[in-house]
Amino acid sequence: MALYWVFVLAVAVLLYVLLDGFDLGIGILFGPTRDESQRRAMLHAVSPIWDGNETWLVVVGVVLWGAFPIVYATLLSALYLPLLVMLAGLILRGVAFEFRYKTQRLRWIWDAGFAVGSLLAAFIQGMTVGALVQGLPIASGRYVGGEFGWFSPFAVLCGVGLCLGYALLGACWLVQKCEGDTRDLAYRLIPRLSVGLMIFLIAVLTYALYKDFPVMGRWLDRPWLFVFPAIGIVAAIALIASVRRRNDGTPFTMVVVIFAAAFGTLAISFWPYMIPFAITIDQAAATHSSLAFMFWGEGLFIFPLMLLYTVVNLRVFRGKITANSPDY
Amino acid sequence: MTLTALLLSRLQFAFTISFHIIFPSFSIGVAAWLTVLEALYLATGRPAYRLVFEFWLKIFGLVFGLGVVSGIVMAFQFGTNWSELSRTTGSIQGVLLSYETFTAFALEASFFGILVFGRPRVAPWFYLFSTAMVTLGTSLSSFWIMVNNSWMQVPVGYVVKDGIYIPSDWAAIIFSPVVWVRFPHMLIASYLTGAFCVAATGAWYLLRREFAVEGQIMLRMGLYLAAILVPTQLFFGHLTGDYVHHYQPAKFAAIEGRWHDEQPASEVLIGIPDSVSEADHYAISIPILGSLIGSLSFHSKEVGLTDFPPQDRPPVVIPFFSFRIMVGCGLVMLMLACAGSYLSFKERLERNRLLLWLIFLSFPLPFIAILTGWFTAEVGRQPWTVYGLLRTTDAVTPFLTSRAALVSLVVFGAVYSFIFAFGIYYIYQLLRAGPVGRLVLPPPAAVPNRPMSVVDTNPRHLAAGE
Repeated sequence: MALYWVFVLAVAVLLYVLLDGFDLGIGILFGPTRDESQRRAMLHAVSPIWDGNETWLVVVGVVLWGAFPIVYATLLSALYLPLLVMLAGLILRGVAFEFRYKTQRLRWIWDAGFAVGSLLAAFIQGMTVGALVQGLPIASGRYVGGEFGWFSPFAVLCGVGLCLGYALLGACWLVQKCEGDTRDLAYRLIPRLSVGLMIFLIAVLTYALYKDFPVMGRWLDRPWLFVFPAIGIVAAIALIASVRRRNDGTPFTMVVVIFAAAFGTLAISFWPYMIPFAITIDQAAATHSSLAFMFWGEGLFIFPLMLLYTVVNLRVFRGKITANSPDY
Repeated sequence: MTLTALLLSRLQFAFTISFHIIFPSFSIGVAAWLTVLEALYLATGRPAYRLVFEFWLKIFGLVFGLGVVSGIVMAFQFGTNWSELSRTTGSIQGVLLSYETFTAFALEASFFGILVFGRPRVAPWFYLFSTAMVTLGTSLSSFWIMVNNSWMQVPVGYVVKDGIYIPSDWAAIIFSPVVWVRFPHMLIASYLTGAFCVAATGAWYLLRREFAVEGQIMLRMGLYLAAILVPTQLFFGHLTGDYVHHYQPAKFAAIEGRWHDEQPASEVLIGIPDSVSEADHYAISIPILGSLIGSLSFHSKEVGLTDFPPQDRPPVVIPFFSFRIMVGCGLVMLMLACAGSYLSFKERLERNRLLLWLIFLSFPLPFIAILTGWFTAEVGRQPWTVYGLLRTTDAVTPFLTSRAALVSLVVFGAVYSFIFAFGIYYIYQLLRAGPVGRLVLPPPAAVPNRPMSVVDTNPRHLAAGE
């Protein structure tokens, strides 16, 4: 039963990263873009779906609490200040979609909120992953790191890396959804962002090797793990090829594959730990009666319904947006 | 009083949840109102019902959206500030709140999409059905919240193992008698909120001599509904008092401002409770009424606060006054609803501008009643987070510093005030504009997961029909 909820959690996290990843990424690209029509096109490309994307974050939160209470309590309290910044960022960027068209004079406030909020949220999420990889200071199941125990140069590096990654995801979404100069802009950005991401990946790997993180040991124990990076490299090559051929649909799929491969790599190198290397799935899982009660209602019926709903929603809004799309 | 992390966390929770509760309680009421309107439209075919429906749908979208935004914070706050609570009770509370998220997402989000887009694409009965499902979704949401909170008030169906609360009987948790008193109390409060906001809006239009037909529909339906609901609410309020009397005697004594055992007990109508002298100053009280309210008896002994050791007593001032404010709001609403319904029935309300003004100005009352009711319930539960089991001092994140807690309180305070000032201003603009013009088709961009987009209709459409 615990495994089923690990599966639900993994799906919810991956969906969140992929879905909110591209719309946070567009928020990041939105900042340096000055042209109003390009800004509008960027917003149009995500405004029908961003809210649904963010719902997955709430799902991650409550599943974590119900099924793995210790992880919820430990992680959230340890990451007190970063989460505060992330939530504030998400709120500011969320309302910007609605409020920026209500005003001319104050539009810059909502635009700034959208760009900065997206950037902060992405940075914090990357930093969280970095802090987890490096290992939070936990002694006998309790966090002991204090206010800034999550902070490390490595975590910051990962934060910057995820901003680049999300921006790449966002650029590929724009290529798929837009036409004209917004699409051209996105095509120009993809190679730069990819190179940036590559440099970052090498830096992270070097740093991890140099500092001899415990996670590296798992790689030597489980050589088949290299399947995932290999998939990632294949996808990266396909990405380069599709950008050269200006094949609008492919880049996004390829970056999704890269993200999924990275997620798989992390998840399996952590296994069976939920907070590496302190709390395992078995230690964290709520009692059977809780997991079963969740399973027979929301797990068995509502969760598949939500997946279906997400697919339908994305299908309804597929295809290019055009210049004469209505203002939101 | 020093600003400890505990105090700051309590302030932050109180602030964020008070801000949040305003929006869902309103949207639950408005959802029910929309269902009634749609049913009336189907039954009678009167276009005015349809116009009023479309108007309130826009407001519903905006309020619903603000509720969603402020709700995200709630999903995280238990873990960040109350890690010991979430660690020890997660197997119960986390599960209940996950049901809240899942059912809300499934019902509200998907059927709300049909409300926004679906009118031209689905059969009328199905559209009505979708409206009812959104109402069911919002009500179920509040149901799970009330199950969760009632478990914190009167914990049942659990065993303790290694300091962790483990559910042993889900049926006992969900069908706890306390849930089935407090859930209707909250649900009716939400419906009353909807009823008074609708009636006040109607009164506003009549005072401005605009939208006479629509204004009358709003005014009448709001008032009639309120006239039925307020007495029902008083009844459920009494039942809620009974459960407090039975399960939480210290809270009951604090609400009553009763410091010492009395037999028969008097009822303090108003006064200033003072915990130093353990007495109420300037109290106006009625003999025997206290026993009558507490136990429906003329000579029962009622318990005073001094029966409890000082560390187990709740604060007195907040429950005492907030309870009286809540009851006061309820009584004013009762009078307005009865007088308004009577005059409306006699077709004399439209000429009675004084009463119209009073009804117009009454819209904050249900909100105040809901907030003060929650203050009574939550502050009265202190010093416990889970009544009798887990003290609030033991529920807070143990290593949280007051500096971090202060930063978060200030940030949330600033962000919420900023965002909601704009949101409320925007709702005001919509209400002021009124149900103008011809029926507006939904904008193609409006989507289920983006409820606020309903209101984004291009204003040109509206102007064209004026």
